[in-house]
Amino acid sequence: MKNKKPNFMRSLGLGLGILAALVIYAYGFQVTKVNLAETKSERRQTQLVRILRALAKPEIFAYERDEFTVSLPVMVPCPESGFTPPEPDKSGPYLVMTPACADPRERVIIEGFNFDPFSTGPINFMPADSDVSLQLGTMKVDQNGYFQAEIRLSNRPNDKVQEIHAITRHNIGAPHLTRTAYDTWDKIIETVFLALLATTFGTLLAIPLSFFAARNLMKDISSTLISTSLSILFIPVGVYIGIKAAYWASVISGFLTGNPLYILASFIVLPLLIWLGVRVALPPQEHTRPPLRVRTLRTIILIGVSFAFVLTLYLISYLGLTAGGYLAGHMGSFGFLGSFLRDLSDILNMIITALVALASAGVFSSLAGRLGIVLGRTPEALIRILQTVLAVVAGALLFFLLMAILNWFYEFRNYVALHTYAAIIGGIAGLVLGLTVHPKASLPTGMVIYYGSRTIFNALRSIEPLVMAIVFVVWVGIGPFAGSMALALHTIAALGKLYSEQVESIQAGPIEAVQATGANRLQTIVYGVVPQIVPPYISFTMYRWDINVRMSTIIGFAGGGGIGFLLQQNINLLNYRAASAQMLAIAIVVASMDYLSSKMREKIV
Amino acid sequence: MLKIKNLTKIYEGGVLALDNVSFEVPKGQFLAIIGLSGSGKSTLLRCINRLIEPTSGEIYWNDINITAASDDELRTIRRKIGMVFQHFNLVHRSSVLTNVLSGRLGYVNPAMSIFNRFPKSDIENAYKQLERVGIADKAHSRADELSGGQQQRVGIARAMIQNPEIILADEPVASLDPVLAHSIMQYLEKINQEDGVTVLCSLHFLDLVHRYADRVVALNEGKLMFEGPPDEIDDAKFKDIYGKDAERVG
Ligand SMILES: Nc1ncnc2c1ncn2[C@@H]1O[C@H](COP(=O)(O)OP(=O)(O)OP(=O)(O)O)[C@@H](O)[C@H]1O
Ligand SMILES: [Mg+2]
Repeated sequence: MKNKKPNFMRSLGLGLGILAALVIYAYGFQVTKVNLAETKSERRQTQLVRILRALAKPEIFAYERDEFTVSLPVMVPCPESGFTPPEPDKSGPYLVMTPACADPRERVIIEGFNFDPFSTGPINFMPADSDVSLQLGTMKVDQNGYFQAEIRLSNRPNDKVQEIHAITRHNIGAPHLTRTAYDTWDKIIETVFLALLATTFGTLLAIPLSFFAARNLMKDISSTLISTSLSILFIPVGVYIGIKAAYWASVISGFLTGNPLYILASFIVLPLLIWLGVRVALPPQEHTRPPLRVRTLRTIILIGVSFAFVLTLYLISYLGLTAGGYLAGHMGSFGFLGSFLRDLSDILNMIITALVALASAGVFSSLAGRLGIVLGRTPEALIRILQTVLAVVAGALLFFLLMAILNWFYEFRNYVALHTYAAIIGGIAGLVLGLTVHPKASLPTGMVIYYGSRTIFNALRSIEPLVMAIVFVVWVGIGPFAGSMALALHTIAALGKLYSEQVESIQAGPIEAVQATGANRLQTIVYGVVPQIVPPYISFTMYRWDINVRMSTIIGFAGGGGIGFLLQQNINLLNYRAASAQMLAIAIVVASMDYLSSKMREKIV
Repeated sequence: MLKIKNLTKIYEGGVLALDNVSFEVPKGQFLAIIGLSGSGKSTLLRCINRLIEPTSGEIYWNDINITAASDDELRTIRRKIGMVFQHFNLVHRSSVLTNVLSGRLGYVNPAMSIFNRFPKSDIENAYKQLERVGIADKAHSRADELSGGQQQRVGIARAMIQNPEIILADEPVASLDPVLAHSIMQYLEKINQEDGVTVLCSLHFLDLVHRYADRVVALNEGKLMFEGPPDEIDDAKFKDIYGKDAERVG
């Protein structure tokens, strides 16, 4: 008795479940517009056959075609005296019309002898009084070189002898590559290099970023509230100073590049200064910690060295631009090397400011963090006051900046008020933290960075490269550049995640051992982490290169350059034989990449 | 002189791994740390160079409070404390020489070391240390091509190139056969006697303790159960340390 009720309920549940599944699938069929009648319609089927046949014949090779005309004199209409055509030369192809003359529009039979077996071509009427040729029909030669065709003569009566032409075409010589084949080749090369650039730049950026998304490296990083607040506060300061410094360096380099002698002098003096500065400020080993005065002096020297370095970078980019431009114009078919140099220098010039701002933000924020540690040694009451004040300011600043980003996207109308609210909320959050957090307590800064970078990686990874390509196409225009940027961005996110998971799975022992020797964080990464991650990093990079080649073949659909662009064009033009050539090329490249990368991975790992 | 005062470590899960442990180690002593598995030996050693943050208590080394040191100060302290591990903890894919040289990372200029540049004197010293442990010919082999005993010798060379005043050895011979165990222990003994380096070594086998240690510290469930010369471990003490049911072998 006890069992019955649940059993019934279970059956009911099952029935309802099946019903629900049916409804779901029915709805699925409806929204995906499943239409079986359409697949059976004759029009669709002939289309399908035509396309499949075109696809099976990729337009790669073609023959030079030769046209060969066989002519037959005829009279239309028949003259009084009758008409006998001259005896044809029966050693070659010749035509016979029965009857030999006829009225306009009369049906006659044309026969051909000694033609190339299986050749085809038009049968034309050549009126005597004009240059046109009127097609009467077509011929299909059988295996014996014979054909017969029933045609109707044109309505062009004339008392002169007129002619009927049978035109045969046949292939001569060896097959040669078509225009399509050449275009496909060009684009497939573009595709492969697009993938190469995207993989290279994506990898270069993903490697350092992946460390931020590795739990085992980040979990030990913590700092007190006072340090954290100071670090946050000094990020914008660092960015501002970095931008200013880069600006001044560019102004000075603009002045120096005005005179070749100055350039020469700077290329001697600057490296020397940098070398000397590094020698003085970074001694090879130290057994005791130098006093504060010495360390301050060293920091100042290092700042000078950094400025000299930025200046040198500007000068190098100027030289590269000039030299590249010159070479591009004077090296003939190797001009692309010059353009390459020029483009690299241009990229350098463009990113110096960003790099300097970033580096300076990092330096200032870490110096501020250290200041926080020093302040942390003051009496606890003082720290409490300091940390509260700093946390309020830092919180306000942080929220203000977040709101500025949102405002940039959405262009709020009442943005002044919104910024104020944001700053107030941030300030209050800071106040609460400042009042509640123990002065010596360490906040999990590392884990915050870890979750932040994870989230960014995951969000970026979930956006298809095709969608990214659309955004970049809008920014930099249709072409492979947009495609490589989109792929590079996706590569950063995807590899960043994969790499960081590799970092998380390395052995902790060696890292501990390196730490125990007194190594700092960067040294620990270089000596304890990097050697362990080299094989998986290489293997993932190859894997990604493989994916990028695949992706780059279709990124052109969104305007991102490469072979996809050509393929899409040909499909839209219903030029299926050309499209087939491109698909074949994609298949070959993808398959060989797949093979190559798996071979190389085997070798290395 | 190393002073450990009321050291307590409670792990995140609530495990009390060290319970108010206090003792002193005079300079130049060979101290053995014994106890059952899970008694807190590794925790104790790792607290000394703060690979693990103690929950409370202090560790003084020549009047420097290690437990209160900032990150920068801690790195200068760690340079003078070498560590040898049960599983050697070499970086497998790096060469033996690089593994040894990584012992100098606390001393050298960080910027240079990033590019694998070490002063000439350090490189010479690395060869000398390898020679001392008898594997100079392996300097350019990859670390994972070496046998366990050889790897542990690299571990000792890495600790020695730090020019340490203290060596922390966490079961340095537990994964080696008895013959190799003695040869490794002899290197530690030599370092202790010739260079005057203080050695803190956790051990599982009492015969090794008797043979090499000047003094013994015994832990049981995080508590200090015994402190004194090895000869004083009689049957009663033995049962205190290893539990009522433990049998003494050999
Ligand atoms: N990271 C950790 N998190 C939580 N508990 C831990 C951690 N490491 C060790 N413990 C616990 O702390 C206690 C002491 O461990 P410890 O490794 O110090 O013992 P041990 O004496 O070195 O043992 P063994 O001889 O097996 O190496 C054990 O109960 C262990 O489970
Ligand atoms: Mg242990």
